[in-house]
Amino acid sequence: MNFPVLSIITFLPFFAGAIILMMPAARKNETRAVALAAASIALLLSAWVYLQYLSQGLTGYQFIEQYNWLPQLGISLKFGVDGMSAPLVLLTGIVMFTGVLISWGDEDKHVMAGIQDRPREFFAFLFLLAGGVFGVFVSLDLFMLFFFYEIAVFPMYLLIAIWGWVKTREYAAMKLTLYLFIGSVVSLVGALVMYWTQYQNTGVLSFDMLQMESAGFSPTFQYIWFLPVFLGFAVLGGIWPFHNWSPDGHVAAPTAVSMFHAGVLMKLGAFAALRVGVMLLPEGAKQWSWLIMAFAGVAVVYGAYIAFVQTDMKYMIGFSSVSHMGLVMLGISTLNQTGLTGAGVQMFSHGVMTALFFAVTGMIYDRAHTRMIPELGGMSKVMPFATIGFIIGGLVSMGMPGFSGFVAEFPIFMGVWREQWLVAVIASISIVITAAYIMMNIRKVFFSEMPEHLQGHVGDITVLDKVAVATLCLFMVVIGLFPAVMVPMVESGVDNIMRLLGGA
Amino acid sequence: MFTPIVFASILPEILILVLGILILIFEPFWKEDQRRNAGWLTAGGLFTAIIISLLFGQPGEPTAVLGGMIRFDWLGFFFKLLFMFAGAATALLLMDHETAGRRGEAYLLLLASLLGMNLMAVSSDLVMLYLAIETASIPLYILAGFLLADERSTEAGFKYLLFGTLASTIMLYGFSLIFGFSGTTDIYKIAEIFSTGSISPLLGFGLLALVIIGLGFKMAIVPFHFWAPDVYQGSPTPVAGFLSTASKAAGFAVIVRLFFVGLPEFSSSWTLVLAALSAITMTVGNLLALPQTNIKRLLAYSSVAHAGYALIGVVAFSQLGAASVVFYLAAYIATNLLAFGIVMAFSRVTGLEEITDYVGLSRRNPFMALMMLAAFLSLAGMPPFGGFVAKIFVFAAGVQANYTWLVVVGIINSIIGVYYYLNVMKFVYLYRMPGEDEEKHPVPLTSSYSIALVVLVIGVILVGTVFAPFFSWSDAGALNLF
Repeated sequence: MNFPVLSIITFLPFFAGAIILMMPAARKNETRAVALAAASIALLLSAWVYLQYLSQGLTGYQFIEQYNWLPQLGISLKFGVDGMSAPLVLLTGIVMFTGVLISWGDEDKHVMAGIQDRPREFFAFLFLLAGGVFGVFVSLDLFMLFFFYEIAVFPMYLLIAIWGWVKTREYAAMKLTLYLFIGSVVSLVGALVMYWTQYQNTGVLSFDMLQMESAGFSPTFQYIWFLPVFLGFAVLGGIWPFHNWSPDGHVAAPTAVSMFHAGVLMKLGAFAALRVGVMLLPEGAKQWSWLIMAFAGVAVVYGAYIAFVQTDMKYMIGFSSVSHMGLVMLGISTLNQTGLTGAGVQMFSHGVMTALFFAVTGMIYDRAHTRMIPELGGMSKVMPFATIGFIIGGLVSMGMPGFSGFVAEFPIFMGVWREQWLVAVIASISIVITAAYIMMNIRKVFFSEMPEHLQGHVGDITVLDKVAVATLCLFMVVIGLFPAVMVPMVESGVDNIMRLLGGA
Repeated sequence: MFTPIVFASILPEILILVLGILILIFEPFWKEDQRRNAGWLTAGGLFTAIIISLLFGQPGEPTAVLGGMIRFDWLGFFFKLLFMFAGAATALLLMDHETAGRRGEAYLLLLASLLGMNLMAVSSDLVMLYLAIETASIPLYILAGFLLADERSTEAGFKYLLFGTLASTIMLYGFSLIFGFSGTTDIYKIAEIFSTGSISPLLGFGLLALVIIGLGFKMAIVPFHFWAPDVYQGSPTPVAGFLSTASKAAGFAVIVRLFFVGLPEFSSSWTLVLAALSAITMTVGNLLALPQTNIKRLLAYSSVAHAGYALIGVVAFSQLGAASVVFYLAAYIATNLLAFGIVMAFSRVTGLEEITDYVGLSRRNPFMALMMLAAFLSLAGMPPFGGFVAKIFVFAAGVQANYTWLVVVGIINSIIGVYYYLNVMKFVYLYRMPGEDEEKHPVPLTSSYSIALVVLVIGVILVGTVFAPFFSWSDAGALNLF
């Protein structure tokens, strides 16, 4: 593989962002067009990587590129994807593409959807974020992983604080940034300790994660350092009890950023926790899996329950994300083949689903100027397309067979059952609660009588919005109907993790 | 006496001297409104000097030249490049300063101070070292009080002078005691003499304390930092930028050489003392930065905190530690000069220095706001800017030396830092001028600012992304110490 596709995917958003920044501020539509073009290329390339991996039936790390960056300290720019990260790269491409479409907006009417204020800066920061996310998913070098991880964190502050919901944006943005920064620096200390311990054990000075897998960390060492490293990253994955920043952040963020945040960023946390925490410190993972399982179990049920009592649609989806990301953590905590595969698919499935939820909620809010469920109604008449999209998302969320949610959640519960049946029973309560709040929400917002003050003001969504909704729905249905396009690939990634866990 | 290697070893200083003489010659012939051109001359001259030094003045094997007064090695050389870079940027920023920029003396004093700093970085003899420190300091006392009509500036100059001379006297006392006990002033011989165990550790500790007080003042580490906020606030902004970067780095250059080479015998005592000072410096600096409302005072306290982070590398007392200090200073010099440059450019147009005055800057001048964002994120330690990599390197060195607790203190402090740096950006990006259209109040940049700021931004990003060459230079310097 000579074509450096992964580094192109990673650096394309940075270059596109730089180009956008150099365009004149008044040229809003040209700015958007450049952004859309860059996002389309990123989506196509990530889809190409995914399809190559799939069609050739590859396993292990592929598309590997390595450039020495700082040989003295063993830092290299090493990229590669495996069955676990290839779907996430695709997910990032999808969310980036749809996020740009949603942010295009609708300038003419009194709708003012999308981003009208300084789109140039908005897209530049959004692309900085996207580049960081791609970088984390493809990095095989711990130093570079941190580098990209931090790049993905700080644009969130600006995106939320500048373009967010006026009432809570300052508070939410600062809270989010501090939570994530604290989490990442805690992991950083762990990573540095791992780096030097590897040097002591093997005499190799390297941040290469594939080498660190065989660094021979002692069980005591792993026992001590697993929790800081895992939880530090898992903060971004929204793990209970460190989930608090997440719903506030979702609510305050503009639509495209909510999509990124819930759809991709939270996966970043879970993915990094898996790759650095579980894969590099497997013994520690085994000893602490009970705690992770407990935290995740609480998150699943508690998140669903809190979502159930929300009246603000965005808070509802925000807490449902906590619940669904809890399922991902639950899958990871099983440390068995079934559970981990479920977690891998759930990351993708939830990413697409929640991006769709936030997209539709954003479309409703832009037109009705409220997100309060009791104040909404009858949306199916004015925006039928968005309604269908939301219903499909809802079915995925409930874990209906035929949609990607089922493919993901069923293995997770099976995996948990094998480890600790009681947790599986308790966690399954969330399915019922989820079904309840999703259906109540659909009935009230989309099918009840439209309140009078909204009648005549609320129009249909734009063509670009429809393209975005359709793209997102497509992936959920295809994976639901043909699990073979994703499950075997994730399984190949899980095989590698199982090998590190000692073939259990 | 003047062999080629001697010539090469002081090539940058010769060039600076030539530059100073050129300014002296030309300045009287320029009319008042042309005198700012001395800034172009200074900046251009220093850039040329950097290039010439890189071409002809690169050190090979470390050698003692000029009778052991000067050590010609990579450590000193890299520091010299950094100082000259800082000097060039400061000259550009000085040009459009209303009063200071039109006076040829300002540039001359800057160059004189630069000369002293360059010698500080290479001195290998206590006498030479003291001379260099004074050469660097005295012009800065004058520059800090350069605005005669401004009471604050006069106060700054006087305060800096009083504390500066006090600190350097104490340090001189320490130097004389070291000479008394070792019988030599050559830093490279002191270690040999002390290694025979001729003096008790307690006495060694006392000697160190005296030296640390003197250098601590230069580096503005707590508890010798109290001059910094007043002086930074009062002195002309470009001078404050220079004080907080080059002058601080010069202190580090001395401490690294003196402690690593001259006093390794007492390393167990001084690493502990410096670790404590580092922790206190970071914490006090960051906590005091939190309530500040004046941007220059905020930057002053933040620069105190940054001295604390850099000290972690000294505490580590290893090759990586030394390299990480040098690298940290490289990133920090570019970043902090950028921050001060923007403060200067903003206050030149508006005359304002409070943080709240920065409302709506992102609409008044989007590019300036972006550059300010880069500077503040780099100070906060975010990639892809220099501050991130630099912090990781010093933290890595700290962990390697089993000072994990100090690294944890550093990390807690960087979290506080993120909070107050982002708070400033909130004014720049989030808030709007009340009831006004920001586009009617632009903040234009003059050409010299544009050049200086763009060069600094590129520097900050380069150090943060393509860090290998900078680290290699720092590492080459660190290698000379062991």
